[in-house]
Amino acid sequence: MEVIITTFPWGVVLILVPLFGALSCFMWPNVARYLALSTAFALVMSVIALAVRLITTGSYRHEIGGWGAPLGIELFADGLSLLMLAATAVVGFAVTVYSIGYFPNRQLLRFLPIWFLLLAALNALFLSGDIFNLYVALELTGLAAVALTAMSGGRAALIAAMRYLFATLVGSMSYLLGVVLIYHSFGSLDFMILAERVEASPATWSALGLMSIGLALKTALFPLHFWLPPAHASAPAPVSAALSGLVVKASFYILLRLWLEVFPAGHSLIPGEFLGALGVCAIFWGGLQALRATRLKLLIAYSTVMQVGYFFLVFPLATVVAWHGVLFLLLSHALAKAAMFLAAGNIIYFAGHDRIVDFDRIAQQLPMTLAAFALAGVCIMGLPPGGGFIAKWLMVQASLESGQWWWAAALILGSLVAAAYVFKVVGHSFTQTTVREKTNVVPVLMEWTALALALASVLLGLVASWPLAWMEIGGVFAGVPAR
Amino acid sequence: MTTETLYALVGVGLFILGLYALFVRANLLRKILAANVMSSGVFLVLVALARRTGTVAPDPVPHAMVITGIVVAVSVTAFALILMLRIAMKTGQTELPDTWSE
Repeated sequence: MEVIITTFPWGVVLILVPLFGALSCFMWPNVARYLALSTAFALVMSVIALAVRLITTGSYRHEIGGWGAPLGIELFADGLSLLMLAATAVVGFAVTVYSIGYFPNRQLLRFLPIWFLLLAALNALFLSGDIFNLYVALELTGLAAVALTAMSGGRAALIAAMRYLFATLVGSMSYLLGVVLIYHSFGSLDFMILAERVEASPATWSALGLMSIGLALKTALFPLHFWLPPAHASAPAPVSAALSGLVVKASFYILLRLWLEVFPAGHSLIPGEFLGALGVCAIFWGGLQALRATRLKLLIAYSTVMQVGYFFLVFPLATVVAWHGVLFLLLSHALAKAAMFLAAGNIIYFAGHDRIVDFDRIAQQLPMTLAAFALAGVCIMGLPPGGGFIAKWLMVQASLESGQWWWAAALILGSLVAAAYVFKVVGHSFTQTTVREKTNVVPVLMEWTALALALASVLLGLVASWPLAWMEIGGVFAGVPAR
Repeated sequence: MTTETLYALVGVGLFILGLYALFVRANLLRKILAANVMSSGVFLVLVALARRTGTVAPDPVPHAMVITGIVVAVSVTAFALILMLRIAMKTGQTELPDTWSE
């Protein structure tokens, strides 16, 4: 049994399972919800199996169909991929369960196939070992994400989806041009081979510049974030949860891989300080817009713009502690932000709107949902014991150790802004309004899902040593200065 | 300047031209065409740089990449066109509004 787990190519399973899930949900609509639940469950199980394999035997490569590089496709899994795959599986499972309660039957049948295609694309992205395969997975992720955004068919959603599509297209084209330059200069697409061959040259600088700009656009780094708030705010709640929780991180993950493995420091036209400065702008701009937002989903979307700013603070720091911090932030933000959007979905389902000032005693009527929102808020603000606390602690530590205290100041001030907008929502949930609406009863399962994700994001802080140990599998940080 | 460099530079030019049009043009169909011009530019760079000197056969890997890229570009274009039609039906316009309503 143990031999099977430690030798089986779980990476292939992680891509095939959601692919077959998508097809079968489309083929057999009568049993689609059961198929969806089993697919999501199988994904979680496969990630656990992959984790067992990686922890016992370390990182591994798999040549699909026995065809290796350069013409074949190789899958690659290490600690970094495991972390992202685990976040995808957990959030994916929660969103699947939630969507079954949230969508009416006809919409659910349209949602499930595209949703599993998105999960397949994300898993393929996190398992890619070469930069061109990453491009394909990135494009697939973008297409599925745009399709899900447009799903409700409303005016705002369609326009937001179109904008999102153009942004994601420009981003991936720019990335692809970078890939072309790299291949021409170094004759390989594979991460490992590139890491040995890459040297500083004008072609390398422009390639990394093009790739970084494209990926920053797809990650919605300020000032390239214009497409994110309308798209995340007008998509249906489970979709927003997946977009903010997972999709935004996919392009950031590629950026991390490039900086960590392929290009050692100093090989870029864009210095880390510049990305860090944009990150600080994103923190305050996103925070300010979140404070000003009158609708809950828009507030949460701007909070994502702000959190993306935190991610980019890692580039000027670039020590092992800082990388640990940002990876932990990716994980905890995935859980917390998904929980927040699902809680917002509950409120919309209940009251039929998400205008914050018109919230009518949400605290009494949906106590579990408000608890979920507040707990996720604790994680987003960075209060202990939330996962966000550990992440920010590590990043503050990294900035103080390297003598760059100003990044730490931005991190801490940002947390205060986050606290302000979370309390704005919580405050309005206790008040009574004169407006009386017809309300719907929220299915218990939806409330539990949001709460479970929020609890997970807070408990993550208590088991912090596990993900921190996983990150080291495969030795991604070998070439990074300790401080 | 060798022929390959010339073709590669034309490719980069197409990329920039497409990018410019994508930002400047308001009409959605023009934007979609601009995105296509951009991707054609990238493909041209790929094919041009695949050539090797002398009588050696060209590098097959960039060709495989172009074919994959064309498949992606075709599906993206089809999807973008459908989205455009939906927007035109819903709003009666073929342009995106400057501001988005909440």
